[in-house]
Amino acid sequence: MTGLKTYEQDNDLLEALAANDANAIETIYRENYSAIKAFIIKNNGYTDDARDIFQEAMIIIFEKAKSGSFVLSCRLQTYLYSVCRRLWLKKLQNQHRFNSSFELNHEIVPVEDELELHEQKEAEFQLLENAMQKIGEPCKSLLEAFYIEKKSMPEIADLFRYTNADNAKTQKYKCLVRLKKIFFEQYKDKQ
Amino acid sequence: MEENLLLDAIERYRNGEMTEQEKVFFEELRKNNSDIDQMVAEHSFFLSELDRMSEIKSLKHNLDKVESKLLNEGFFTGRPEKTKSKVIYLWNRYRRTIAVAAAIAGVVSLSTATVISKYTENKKVAVITPLVDNKLNQFENKLNQIEHKLNDAATSSTTVKPKFEANFRATGFLVDGNGYLITNAHVVDKAKNLIVENIKGDQYYAKAIYTNDTTDLAILKIIDTSFNKVTGLPYTFPKTSAELAEPIFTLGYPREEVVYGEGYLSAKSGYYGDTTSYQISISVNPGNSGGPVINKDGEVIGIISSRETNADGVVFAIKSANIYAALRQIKKTDNINIKLPTVNSLKGTNRVKQIKKLEDFVYKVKGN
Repeated sequence: MTGLKTYEQDNDLLEALAANDANAIETIYRENYSAIKAFIIKNNGYTDDARDIFQEAMIIIFEKAKSGSFVLSCRLQTYLYSVCRRLWLKKLQNQHRFNSSFELNHEIVPVEDELELHEQKEAEFQLLENAMQKIGEPCKSLLEAFYIEKKSMPEIADLFRYTNADNAKTQKYKCLVRLKKIFFEQYKDKQ
Repeated sequence: MEENLLLDAIERYRNGEMTEQEKVFFEELRKNNSDIDQMVAEHSFFLSELDRMSEIKSLKHNLDKVESKLLNEGFFTGRPEKTKSKVIYLWNRYRRTIAVAAAIAGVVSLSTATVISKYTENKKVAVITPLVDNKLNQFENKLNQIEHKLNDAATSSTTVKPKFEANFRATGFLVDGNGYLITNAHVVDKAKNLIVENIKGDQYYAKAIYTNDTTDLAILKIIDTSFNKVTGLPYTFPKTSAELAEPIFTLGYPREEVVYGEGYLSAKSGYYGDTTSYQISISVNPGNSGGPVINKDGEVIGIISSRETNADGVVFAIKSANIYAALRQIKKTDNINIKLPTVNSLKGTNRVKQIKKLEDFVYKVKGN
């Protein structure tokens, strides 16, 4: 059944993934995970590694799909495999576990550029996460409620017991300025 | 304040919430003032970072959801690990019958409670009864058996499920949405296996990561992969001492069903002047151990631990201050950072609403 999938179906799947659709995620897992797992286990890894790598690859493809400019030049299966392969290679290299007899059982496409971009974004994500940890409560919860969980201001005012949405908003901006300050201090250090 | 206004303007501009007129004005301002232009650029970049974080977090949420579904099917390992979703479904189907049976069991457990206290051997002091229900009576054993049958029915016949028959029951509650619960040390002391169960009937395996026999506190961690982080813990933990005569209430599992009880703080020290606990007056039974003692503002002032056997309504609760010490210890020895909730959403609402918010976070602790 997998073999009969068309490019069109791949594109539909990508579109649904971009919309964070759980069914699409499940389909992608079902159709691809075993190949990725087999590859990683053959190359010095464990089941847990396979799950980590697969998740990371899903995040990369999600972001690509979301950007709107992404056009699949090969089958989704091939692309996913290539991304996972590259991620695993990198991980082995970082842990000095890489040996040259890297086994392949699948066709691949070059994905180096994408992963470089992803690495940079991951670093920024970490900086932001660190900054979030540093600002303390109630700032952290307040900002997360608004910017991450996308709750509305009246909802937040109610949840955090502010007398009204305007008070909550003032507090939110105070917190945001602090978060930005911490983030950009680290960000400039890294540049 | 100036800065707030500008930030607000940038966000509204970015979200397309400005009127045409405002937009023209804003763009003009940006064109003529390079400082502002730069700030807009910087803030937009920052907001896009936040947006990305939001998107990725919700994607990760779904990835985890799908993974745990597949895990239950045995997709990753080639064999079903825990067919929890199916069990829950069956459990819910049979729940009504079980609730009726549980009600009967509850009555029986009340009448056996006094018997237990007579021959309980407590290492602390003989006349104090720890409030663990470790004599799950026949009715409840039957219930457990029914539950097992349900489990077995839901598991495919090829897998061997470890037999789990709980022989005690107590209470615990979340202190950190990442699956950390508080209960009493005497609850988990002799337990080989621990299961915690929320009000919806979802069960998770847990393990004790910290126990302290002196304070009688234990901290459990849910180790089941099917457990998803929960947010919105509604209560906070005060650092100051509670006051005499302060009204208090608790939620716990002296029965299979959650039970509410209320009372007041009767003394600032516990048994024989023990300053690490309070004496409270409240009606509790075996199974209440490990339940939160909460004041009217929704602050957890203590944890129910034991009662004096020969006196009526004399119950001891461990002061919440001991939790802080426990968390410091855990951080030092295991480098696990447990974060107590800092936002209190119970304050100022009536009791019924408070309980509604609270009940999701109070768990049944069972084990053998």
